[in-house]
Amino acid sequence: MSSRRTLYDKLWDAHHVAKRDDGSSLIYIDRHLIHEVTSPQAFDGLRERKIEPWRVDTIIATPDHNVPTENRAKGLKGISDSTSKLQVLTLEENVKKYDLNFFSLGDERQGIVHVIGPEQGLTLPGMTVVCGDSHTSTHGAFGALAMGIGTSEVEHVLATQCLIAYKQKNMRINIEGDLLERVSAKDVTMFIIGQIGTAGGTGFNIEYAGSTIENLSMEGRMTLCNMSIEAGARSGMVAPDQTTFDYIKGKPFSPSGDKFDKALETWISLKSDSDAIFDNEFSFTSEQILPQVTWGTSPEMVSSINEKVPEPRDFKNKENYEDALNYMGLKPGTKLTDISLDQIFIGSCTNSRIEDLRIAAEILKGNKLAKNIKRALVVPGSGLVKKQAEEEGLHEIFIDAGFSWRDAGCSMCLGMNPDQLDQEERCASTSNRNFEGRQGYKGRTHLVSPAMAAAAAIEGRFVDVREI
Amino acid sequence: MKQISNEFSGTFICLDKSNIDTDQIIPKQFLKSIKKTGFGDNLFDGWRYLDEGTIDQESSSRMVNKDFIFNNKLFINSNILVSRENFGCGSSREHAVWALKDFGIKTVIAESFADIFYNNCFKNGLLALSLKKSEVSKIFENFNENSAQSIEIDLINQVLYYGDSEFKFELDDYKKKCLLEGLDEIGASLKFTDQIKSFEKNYQLKNPWLFK
Repeated sequence: MSSRRTLYDKLWDAHHVAKRDDGSSLIYIDRHLIHEVTSPQAFDGLRERKIEPWRVDTIIATPDHNVPTENRAKGLKGISDSTSKLQVLTLEENVKKYDLNFFSLGDERQGIVHVIGPEQGLTLPGMTVVCGDSHTSTHGAFGALAMGIGTSEVEHVLATQCLIAYKQKNMRINIEGDLLERVSAKDVTMFIIGQIGTAGGTGFNIEYAGSTIENLSMEGRMTLCNMSIEAGARSGMVAPDQTTFDYIKGKPFSPSGDKFDKALETWISLKSDSDAIFDNEFSFTSEQILPQVTWGTSPEMVSSINEKVPEPRDFKNKENYEDALNYMGLKPGTKLTDISLDQIFIGSCTNSRIEDLRIAAEILKGNKLAKNIKRALVVPGSGLVKKQAEEEGLHEIFIDAGFSWRDAGCSMCLGMNPDQLDQEERCASTSNRNFEGRQGYKGRTHLVSPAMAAAAAIEGRFVDVREI
Repeated sequence: MKQISNEFSGTFICLDKSNIDTDQIIPKQFLKSIKKTGFGDNLFDGWRYLDEGTIDQESSSRMVNKDFIFNNKLFINSNILVSRENFGCGSSREHAVWALKDFGIKTVIAESFADIFYNNCFKNGLLALSLKKSEVSKIFENFNENSAQSIEIDLINQVLYYGDSEFKFELDDYKKKCLLEGLDEIGASLKFTDQIKSFEKNYQLKNPWLFK
């Protein structure tokens, strides 16, 4: 193996099974996360071929996209939408047929795949992780090579334990310095997307580095890597360090005893060589990063809270920006702090972990929702996050403030369940995509951090959370 | 010698927007299907209709957005879609490709594609073809909504013919072969079974904590 390798190069090499004639490679997969929406057709494909999954012990399944966040005690019966129910039922049948690891709707370990993988110690440094979901990039926070895949690829991984992949180019994004008060990993990732654009990372693996990143908690690193795909990169990663190892130790599925020590020997070597070559590199400083708010229909349409909705002429693709502002019902030149809101959503694979809930609760403590807020939801990322939050009394803060305290799932991030915006309702959302109709037909999404969402809930409009 | 592929050639339809995401190509409510077919009527649903669609709804009873090009009868049989940068960004949902395919689209031409969508196309026999910005602009400049025009594609020699223009395009041999011969990718990978097993054995020795 050549020296001067990046972390991505090392993970690629360690999982490289074979080179195919066309230049693509078979990459061995260590962890396969499965949910109800992108897997039924893949399992059908296996049956048509009359083959079994290659290695079932690598698979973990849970329903998350479709599931209601209320009436959880009723289990499947609590799903009123018959098509959603069929999809969850189909997952359960496939789990049973192939005897897969499964966290069912009634299990406290159920939750968003990208929350439960790390929480259970199913995501480890050096792993390759795939899931039929683009936000699989989340798991890169552990120094894993984690990629979202399509349903045909889900079937391919089930059948062969390998993914057909082309090697990506290497990008490094360095950020140095202490983050400003109440600025979080969410603001960092949104800032980056604003800088490099929503296709800026296409064809690259992004490695995040620098003191700002090293000082992030695992939750923060997950938020950061999660939105790599919103910058176009299928995978993003942070080299594992003591923060990572401390997080993993003692998790239900992570190695213990001698196995942990042996694993640790490998994990500490997982970093880019000091003279590694990157095809593209960006550097920012923490002082550049203020709380961020999106105002358009692409994550790259983002500004700092002290700014205004920009003029379309300032952008290269004028038409897209005009369409976006029309859709969002916004005029150029409007101060972001003058945008009033109808709903607040705290949740999603980006921001539904315990740290996110703690930050939001700290700001909400002793406060109430502004009168113009019609609904505010907190949807914990997993049953265990919910339990932890309740042990800390966070749920009482949310409920006292006027929030609805829900059960775990993807919920209003993509609105496949009943949690949706009404037409033209405007939402401050801690999720990852502000696409048209994403959170509900003709709904209007503004992406923000949990702290900014909490502050907006109190004020009924966007405010600089540092001034609360 | 020019070898036009009838399958990937034909009349085209244009969407002059960049960053068209897969949520627009097929909105969330239609992902509840457990099949790979039946998505065509809901391709670009949010732009194509004036009401919010549901998964089990008869599309003929819905109010259509007459201004949206996919409702123009001249283009109803188009099998080529032309768009701008970063087409297919966002969600990994393969349903987006299934919807395009179901509608009858065989070729998507854009300045660039999102990675996951690009891969998903070839797994389903769709050609995703990148052209230079200036070349895509040329197609847009001459496009008009009153007459359907054709693009011819020579897949073997990787040339696109439009009017008097010829544009070369990149495509790796394997993807080309998949489109031309309909290769069974899983079948092809299973030929590596011995190599995968031997890799796995060695890998387990080095990383025992990853195995039961």
